[in-house]
Amino acid sequence: MKKLAAFLLAALMAVSATACSSGAASSSEASSEASGQAASAAGSSSAAATNYKVLMVTDTGGVNDQSFNQLSWKGLQQLEKDVPGAKANYSESKQESDYATNLDKAADDGNQLIWGVGYAMAGALQNAAQQNPDIGYAIIDNAYETVPSNVTCVVFRAQEPSFLVGYIAGKTTKTNKVGFVGGQKSDVIDQFEYGYKAGVAYAAKELNKNIDVVSQYAESFVDSAKGKAIAKSMYSGGCDIVFHAAGGVGVGVIEAAKEANKYAIGVDMDQAFLAPDNVLTSALKRVDKAVEQVSKDAIDGKEIGGKTYSLGLTEDGVGIPEEHKLMGDDTYNAAMALEQKIKDKEIVPPASKDDYDAFVKTLK
Amino acid sequence: MKLAAKVLKKPIASTLIAVLFGFIVAAVVLVAAGYNPGQSFGALFHGIFAKPKYISNVIIKATPIILTGLSVAFAFQTGLFNIGAEGQYIAGAVAAVLVGVKLDLPPVLQIPVVVMAGVLGGTLFGWIVGYLKARFGIHEVITSIMLNWIGLYLSNFVVASGTYHMPNSTSTYPVNPSSYTMLLPNWKTSKAGMAALKPHQWLYEVMLKTDVNFGFLVAVLMAAIIWYLLYRSAKGYELRAVGFNRDAAEFAGINVNKNITDAMVIAGALAGLAGALAITGTAPHKISTLAAFENNGFNGLSVALIAGSSPIGCIFAGLLFGGLLYGGQSVQQDVGAPTEIINIMIGTIVFFVALTKIVPVLAEKLEKRGAGHVQ
Repeated sequence: MKKLAAFLLAALMAVSATACSSGAASSSEASSEASGQAASAAGSSSAAATNYKVLMVTDTGGVNDQSFNQLSWKGLQQLEKDVPGAKANYSESKQESDYATNLDKAADDGNQLIWGVGYAMAGALQNAAQQNPDIGYAIIDNAYETVPSNVTCVVFRAQEPSFLVGYIAGKTTKTNKVGFVGGQKSDVIDQFEYGYKAGVAYAAKELNKNIDVVSQYAESFVDSAKGKAIAKSMYSGGCDIVFHAAGGVGVGVIEAAKEANKYAIGVDMDQAFLAPDNVLTSALKRVDKAVEQVSKDAIDGKEIGGKTYSLGLTEDGVGIPEEHKLMGDDTYNAAMALEQKIKDKEIVPPASKDDYDAFVKTLK
Repeated sequence: MKLAAKVLKKPIASTLIAVLFGFIVAAVVLVAAGYNPGQSFGALFHGIFAKPKYISNVIIKATPIILTGLSVAFAFQTGLFNIGAEGQYIAGAVAAVLVGVKLDLPPVLQIPVVVMAGVLGGTLFGWIVGYLKARFGIHEVITSIMLNWIGLYLSNFVVASGTYHMPNSTSTYPVNPSSYTMLLPNWKTSKAGMAALKPHQWLYEVMLKTDVNFGFLVAVLMAAIIWYLLYRSAKGYELRAVGFNRDAAEFAGINVNKNITDAMVIAGALAGLAGALAITGTAPHKISTLAAFENNGFNGLSVALIAGSSPIGCIFAGLLFGGLLYGGQSVQQDVGAPTEIINIMIGTIVFFVALTKIVPVLAEKLEKRGAGHVQ
């Protein structure tokens, strides 16, 4: 009995100790496609940076999360290519208690700019910035009320691409019912939800019909099985398009779309590669571009501390992919026209429930 | 030859050999993956020992797994396999948060109350397992694995619940600062504290940049208590007797069922204590939505195994494990090797420890061969 137990223990150990290493695809792959504009950018900043170390600390999603951690890392790898002398690195957090220690280690290693990816790190990053006033910090998706002088905040107006994909969904739906799957309720996810709903409402007005939006939260950003279950019930409940803003949960949503042969709309990065025939479009947050640009500014010695960058369509910080074979040219062109209207501030997509209610009133 | 055999027969020797083999295999893996093993191990040890604050971080990281290791080791000594340390840890953390967020007493009262709440949370989970085993004979492995998941979803439920969820986050509110068990939490961030610490560089770093807390002392104390309980008390004798042979113990007049329940209650309390001290002692002092287990309890299984289920051994095994976990981050930062390599290394060490039963056998062979040569 004891021997058996010991053996079981051993076997379990071996499994549990190695099981945490999920999804360890080689991170170098991500960079392969990114090359293009190397030459154009290289000239500007080469002089200032002979040896500039940049490091990003991921949130608990890890560096291969198919979302903003991965995109941030892609941005830094691009930076390494474009700017000679820039050295990029990352540090993965496994638990929330790792944020503080990883940020601290990053400061010890002589990094001049340290990125924190995600609002979960807001508190830890602020502490680190306070302890190391000589080091620059930057954070994605979080805006402090008073930004410390050595911290740069980067936020995205995610309601803008969400409005566009909502509009596309409204134009494309045949059942007049579309869905939204959110991760966990927060201001950031509200931007997606209400931007999307407003886009659908805008399309409904244009087509002069009623389109329902069902929305549900998975209370998670990683539970893809739950995303699949929610999307499945949405599809069988009459939705033919589901948009998700739920990180890893969305992988399940897209899987469900594939199985039901309906449409899903991706988020953050162009997720068409997950199901080329079912991902209608994606609401892009160009985190990679933002990370690269802000890092470049830092290397060039520009004053970026204490600032908050809000990136939208105008800054090319968000958008939708050009590929549009599933929706057809007409819808795409209409969406592009709408994009121009948002850029011209003729339409201001709502980012919260109150703004949304006000927005819907103006449509009537 | 005789001496070698004698040394090899000692349990500590086989453990050290296992650790050594773990490093060798990890080196092979590193070479295969295209990284320089010397440089990687250099980064590992640099990341553990180079600065006082790193050592402090290792100790902080080791604290919860020493306690969960102790929980598993204790249960194992009494013939039970507590794979539920993970769930008991979570239950402890959840209970500590439930109380610590709502209650705000002076620290002298608050800390014991919050920690006790955590202990009770773990105890409850342990008791369920023990009771089901004692009363209905349901195997503890089944029930405790199930309770792990109940713990995980309970934790997520609390995180998502209205009164505890902090808006715009994936976590609850942190517990009130009066429950913090760090060393002088208020003084060290105050102006006077900073000024007093500033002249002492290493103290400044350790105090301000790491969450130095009392958890480790508690863990060491618990290890001593558990050792005393197991080997120096009548109760421990009963517990171990039940573990060795239930029937014989029953025949000797020991209440088997009561001892099984008691053993699981104590094991659960230890894991719950680990969870509570993690909440009170380290940032971010709150629980977050769990996507998967954080492995605080499962690492405890490894710690108990490396320690050979010795309570005192758990302290050192926990420190080794904490060092690997924390130092592993530097391998990734300095050399660029993925942390998965470190996980492979930890896995191999555990694997070889599990194989250490071979070492005494080999030692015996060695002895015999030696004897053969003499004749």
